[in-house]
Amino acid sequence: MSARRIRDSGAPLAFTFDGRAYEGREGDTLASALLANGVRVVGRSFKYHRPRGIHGAWSEEPNAILDVTIHGKTWPNVRATTQRLEAGMDLRSVNARPTAEGDRLGLLDRLSPFLPAGFYYKTFLWPDWHRFEPRIRAMAGLGRLDPAHEPPADSPAMNARCDVLVVGSGRSGLLAARDAARAGGSVIVVDDRFEPGGTMLHREADGAERAAVLAGDVEQAGARILSRTTAYGIYDHNLVCCWERRDGAPDRHWRIRPKRIVLATGAIERPLVFADNDRPGVMSAEAALYYLRRYGVLVGERIVLAVNNSRALGLADALREAGAAVTVADLREGASVDAVHGGKGVEAVTISGKRIEADCVLASGGYTPTVHLFCQAKGKLRYDEAIAAFVPGAPVDGISLAGAAAGDFGDYAIAPAWPNPGAKGRQWIDFQNDVTLKDVELAARENFRSVEHLKRYTTLGMATDQGKTSNMNGLAAMAAVTGRTIEHTGTTTYRPPFVPVPFTVVAGRRRGQLFNPVRRLALETQHRAAGGVFREYGGWLRPAFYGGGEADDEIRREARQARETVAIFDGSPLGKIEVFGPQAGAIVDYNSYNTISTLKPGRIRYGFMLTEGGVIYDDGVTVKLADDHYVVSCSSGHVAGVVARLEEWRQDRFDPAAVFVHNLTAHWATLTATGPRAKALVAALSLGVDLDDAALPHMAAAQGSFEGGAARVARVSFTGDRSYEISVPASKAPALWAAMNEAGRALDAVLMGSEALLLLRAEKGFIIAGKDTDGTSMPHDLGITGPRDKRQGEYVGKRSLFTENALRDNRQQFVGLVVADGGPALPTGAHVLDETGGKRRSAGYVTSSYESPAVGGPIALGLVEQGMSRMGEEVSLFHLGKARRAVIAQPCFFDREGSRIDA
Amino acid sequence: MQLFSCPFCGERDETEFTFCAEAGKTRPEPAAEVSADAWARYLHFDHNPKGATREVWLHATCGEFFLMERDTVSHAVSGSHSLRRPEA
Repeated sequence: MSARRIRDSGAPLAFTFDGRAYEGREGDTLASALLANGVRVVGRSFKYHRPRGIHGAWSEEPNAILDVTIHGKTWPNVRATTQRLEAGMDLRSVNARPTAEGDRLGLLDRLSPFLPAGFYYKTFLWPDWHRFEPRIRAMAGLGRLDPAHEPPADSPAMNARCDVLVVGSGRSGLLAARDAARAGGSVIVVDDRFEPGGTMLHREADGAERAAVLAGDVEQAGARILSRTTAYGIYDHNLVCCWERRDGAPDRHWRIRPKRIVLATGAIERPLVFADNDRPGVMSAEAALYYLRRYGVLVGERIVLAVNNSRALGLADALREAGAAVTVADLREGASVDAVHGGKGVEAVTISGKRIEADCVLASGGYTPTVHLFCQAKGKLRYDEAIAAFVPGAPVDGISLAGAAAGDFGDYAIAPAWPNPGAKGRQWIDFQNDVTLKDVELAARENFRSVEHLKRYTTLGMATDQGKTSNMNGLAAMAAVTGRTIEHTGTTTYRPPFVPVPFTVVAGRRRGQLFNPVRRLALETQHRAAGGVFREYGGWLRPAFYGGGEADDEIRREARQARETVAIFDGSPLGKIEVFGPQAGAIVDYNSYNTISTLKPGRIRYGFMLTEGGVIYDDGVTVKLADDHYVVSCSSGHVAGVVARLEEWRQDRFDPAAVFVHNLTAHWATLTATGPRAKALVAALSLGVDLDDAALPHMAAAQGSFEGGAARVARVSFTGDRSYEISVPASKAPALWAAMNEAGRALDAVLMGSEALLLLRAEKGFIIAGKDTDGTSMPHDLGITGPRDKRQGEYVGKRSLFTENALRDNRQQFVGLVVADGGPALPTGAHVLDETGGKRRSAGYVTSSYESPAVGGPIALGLVEQGMSRMGEEVSLFHLGKARRAVIAQPCFFDREGSRIDA
Repeated sequence: MQLFSCPFCGERDETEFTFCAEAGKTRPEPAAEVSADAWARYLHFDHNPKGATREVWLHATCGEFFLMERDTVSHAVSGSHSLRRPEA
């Protein structure tokens, strides 16, 4: 055994690691608990399955990544150094089977000569790579996701503003926060550790007490301290995003907008690069002091302390006091670490040619300021020879740095000990991604010399620790290999997040329905009571059909009965965009392909709205209620878009004081009666509207009343049958629904869902914009050429209808397709083939296809090149390997003469 | 996440805004007199400058179209102005 607990405190907590039972203490991290139990191998490395032990103290830890199961749920890739131990935790090493100690793939390390840098690029080559790629990938990697565990979407999102945000609550951060708060500013301090104090807590004899006093002063001055809160990213305009962990409550996500940011993020110790420096037992020196002072855990009995700087050298006395035998190898005085002996743990070390029995090597290659957030905010670095590290250069607006993060290390002396190219043995630079000094040399030989290329070619710094311990050694190695200075070699780009942040925290409650909320009908309860089966249509949750039978049977039943008696349909999501004012007619005309304003009040016109590119954006009807009052009834999925374009033209082209656009879609509920008995049903409602066809013909509207409120009755038909759309304020919808159902009983009325309506409209060849048209369809592709040929004045998209592309003679045109091979309905999306010249290519496709009860067989609509001049031609279709035959026909399959509209 | 300033509502999160067009673009009319080139420039071409730019944005929350001056490199917003005509 090597590491052990020398000072007990806190209640015992039972846990397991790789199936064996251990005991930790209240307050332990997973890492301190494992060390206290003498566990040396905590995982296997990403690529070579090398045994690895705990290296660091906090978020810089590269090795100790564990899958943690607690309360029956598994959380993958938890960093052992930053996670508090809880009783009953089951810890599993990653990338090791069955255990980290006895990993079966450990022998992969012997194959390392065949797994060089850029291995994937050199191996996964066409044409055979897919044969072995999955097996190789399975041998690498980290934790395993538990497919049964879907974490709850319960992370609250917090938004805050403040004058000063201090990141880091070590001494520098607390002092900055105290001064800012005393000066009267609103101050928030965030720090990812369990309590304020930073390195005071393990570096200073009475650090805990002094930190508590200082933190008390900060709070007394009015600042708020958020511990266990990681500022993981700085985004545009200095938005700082933070991830807060809480006991007994879900994590929280903070978006903080400070006027000024103080980064007091401290510094991270670098490893020394020597042969086999990744063996379990080789650790960060700073971490050893941290485990000793904070958790009473002594990391070894016979310790070699290899250092190149004064700060780490001071550790020797503390470790000796705790009972360890310490041998110091001061690299500044010419000492060298030549070899580490032992596979799954340090057994001996050769220092300056002399073998010393040891169970632990504490290595310190100096400290690097934690400048990640500064660099994310586009801050530039400069290399400071005095501390052999990159420090913040030119200031960034609104951001200042304090303490070690600014390169202020106080009394500190260092002699750089960078990697030594050509040195013997396997010298690790990036522990987590298994990158050695030889890999860096190979990358340089293969001309990947820029640090950004080095990173991507070798994966140095690309692991979940983002190279916190490895980047400086990596770029120093590249500088040495290429003969450049470290400053000239530069660093890779720093990007958020600083540590891995769970997606659940960023997403918060925006999952499922809250991610993309559906819009609900005022009558949803009534539809459900009537057996409605709901589906989403253009963002609205609507009844697709009613009844408990097979969907196709119910849909055909509804469609059949709608043609025979009368159907009641909830059309409430249909757009009801009201346009008022003296310029109402002008803007409605400009917005649409067809002129609307020439209608008499009380009349309705169908038409298209085009994009400026001339493509059909939407179709729908517009009601002219009065010269200065129109209702644009666009399709339900396009309401927001139509409102937006009307509003844009209103402000840009018209006088905003002379026209208003008001979206009342959700204010009105619309119920439709359609079918031969529709008139009788509406008559029974006593709406106070003259239903005589002379007074209310097809494409006319009338104002009536229902239950003391307004009712609009419009004769518009999407089925081809006589139809009445009755709109009442949404609050009256249940009463209207009840009245129509009551009136319908004697008429053998049927409730109709969206699917049957889609079928009925296809029988008539009525389009759904965006389904039967695509991003190229123009009105003349549907045979509607009147406005293009005759209309004077401007409208949206006009010029585009006369371009070379618009006038091409091989445009895809809207047609019907009749099955000619005796088969079932054509698959929607099937391609119509053009086989001229012996080559097959797509000349169009099926846009809608149904089995029609009224026609007694399949019907289909489609877009086909030159289709309107190819009526009667038989064509081949192709879909997912199957060939079909169909005849091009007029798109209307039912009641071509339109007699049913007044029947 | 940028902070944009609506001339009516003040500073708001960028997610409340929609880019509309570069400022100063005029729709060529009447259609019959507009060359194919001129129409294509109107439909498809933008200057997309590196640095200072003037753009029309929509503050979707209040529905107002306005002019914003900003820098496409530094993302600094230097001004936002109402596009409303002065009251007669």
